[in-house]
Amino acid sequence: MEQRTELTVSAIENGTVIDHIPVDSLFTVVKFLDVEKLSNQVTIGYNFSSKKYGKKGIIKLANKFFKDDELNKIALVAPTATIITIKDFNIIEKKQVELPKNIGNIVKCINPKCITNNQDVDCQFSIINNPGEELKLQCHYCEKYTTKKNFMFK
Amino acid sequence: MTKATIFRWSLFFYTIMNKSLISITDYSKEELLQLIDLAYYFESHPEPELLKNKIIASLFFEPSTRTRLSFETAIQRLGGRIIGFADASVSSTQKGESLRDTIMTISLYADLIVMRHPIEGAARFASEVSRVPIINAGDGANQHPTQCMLDLFSIKKTQGTLENLKIALVGDLKYGRTTHSLVQAMSNFNATFYLVSPEELRMPASSIQTIKDHNLKYYEMKNLEDAIPEVDILYMTRIQRERFADPLEYERVKNSYILHNHMLDGSKDNLKVLHPLPRVNEINIDVDKNPKAYYFQQALNGVYMREALLAHTLGLK
Repeated sequence: MEQRTELTVSAIENGTVIDHIPVDSLFTVVKFLDVEKLSNQVTIGYNFSSKKYGKKGIIKLANKFFKDDELNKIALVAPTATIITIKDFNIIEKKQVELPKNIGNIVKCINPKCITNNQDVDCQFSIINNPGEELKLQCHYCEKYTTKKNFMFK
Repeated sequence: MTKATIFRWSLFFYTIMNKSLISITDYSKEELLQLIDLAYYFESHPEPELLKNKIIASLFFEPSTRTRLSFETAIQRLGGRIIGFADASVSSTQKGESLRDTIMTISLYADLIVMRHPIEGAARFASEVSRVPIINAGDGANQHPTQCMLDLFSIKKTQGTLENLKIALVGDLKYGRTTHSLVQAMSNFNATFYLVSPEELRMPASSIQTIKDHNLKYYEMKNLEDAIPEVDILYMTRIQRERFADPLEYERVKNSYILHNHMLDGSKDNLKVLHPLPRVNEINIDVDKNPKAYYFQQALNGVYMREALLAHTLGLK
C-alpha cells in the first residue's frame, strides 16, 4: 500500500489560510484572531512538518477574509507567517505578514505603574524594530518599553 | 444652523485645537525656543488680566509643594481663578471614581487642567478624554515637562544660549525623570553630556540611545570632581537610599555625590549649579552663598515659565 508522505487537512473552497506559523506562537495567533468567537469552520494544525522550519502551525478559516491590519498584528509573534487567500479552491493571493507601526490592546504593558494596568484603559503601543535589536513596544501612555521576551498577551 | 449644532461644532473645534503638554517631546525645537522667549516676556511684563475670566483646575492627585504653588502663583499673577485639590484624599477619587470620569467632569467646569498623578501615563490618557487642554505637572516617574521647560529657561538665562553647552547630570540618572527629559530636550542643542552616577544608577539605555541618535558626545563617569572643571551646567539630583539593593553600597557611594563649595574651585566662570529641588544633603548649604549656585532662582524661573505655558496652551500668546 502506498505510504502517504504528507499530512493533509481538508482544502477550503473559500477563505484564508495562515501558514508557516512558528509552533510556539500558534495558539497566540489563534487568540489574536479571536477564532473562538467565529462561527466559521476553522482547522488548526499543530506541529505540521515544514521543509523550511522543521515544524509549523497552520490555520485554515473557511469563508473568512481579513483586512491587512487585522492580520499584520500576527507579525508580532509570527513574522514568518504567510497569508493565503483562497477562492473557488484557487490561490488568489499569497503574501507575508508585515509588522505594523502601532498595535492595540493585545499585549500588556510591562510597567505595573502604567495607567493601562491600573484603570480601564486600553493599551496602545508603537512597535520599535531596529536592526540588530530585540523587537520592543513603546507604551503610548507611560512611554516604557516592553521587549519581546516580556510580552504578556491579554 | 441651530444653536445646538453651533455648540457641537464649537466643542469639536475646541477639542481638536486642544494642545496639551504631556511630554517634553510634544514640543519641537522651535516651540521650545518660543516658549523660552515667552517666559522672558512674562518675567518683565506682568499681565494681570491675561487669564481674567478663565478658570484653571489644579488637580494634584499626589502631594507637591513647589510645582503646585509655582503653578498657582503663575495662574494668580495672570489674573486667573483656580479650582481643584492638593491631595487626592479630598477628591472623589477616594470614593473610587475613575480618572476618566473625574477629567470628563472637571473639563466641563474649567478652561484648562493642570494635573499631577502618581500613575504613569495618566496625563496622556486625561488629554484624550478631556475637552480642554491638560498640562502634565508630573505623572509618576514618567514625565514632568514643565520642570524641564524651566530648566531650559534657567540654562538659557545663565549661559545666554542653549547651543553647544557642556552639561553634567549628577546623581540618580536611572530613576530621575528630570535628567531623562533634559537629555531629550538638550539633544536638540548639540549638548555634550557628562553623566555622573554610581554604577547602580547609570543613565538608562533609552536615554543613551537618544544621545547617540543625535550624534552627540557623552561621557559616563563615577567621580563628580572629574566633571566639574569641564562643564557649563552642573545639574545635581538626589540619590535615594531606597534605590539600592545593598544598603552597604549606598553607604559607600552616598558621600561621593555631595557637592561642597570648595569643589567648585577651578570650575569655569560661567558654571551654574542647578537642582530641581527639594534637596536633602546632596548640595551642602555652604554652596548657597557661591554666586554659581542658581537653584533658588531656578525655582523662581518656574513661575515665569509656567505663565508662558499657561498662555501658550490656551492660545493666548
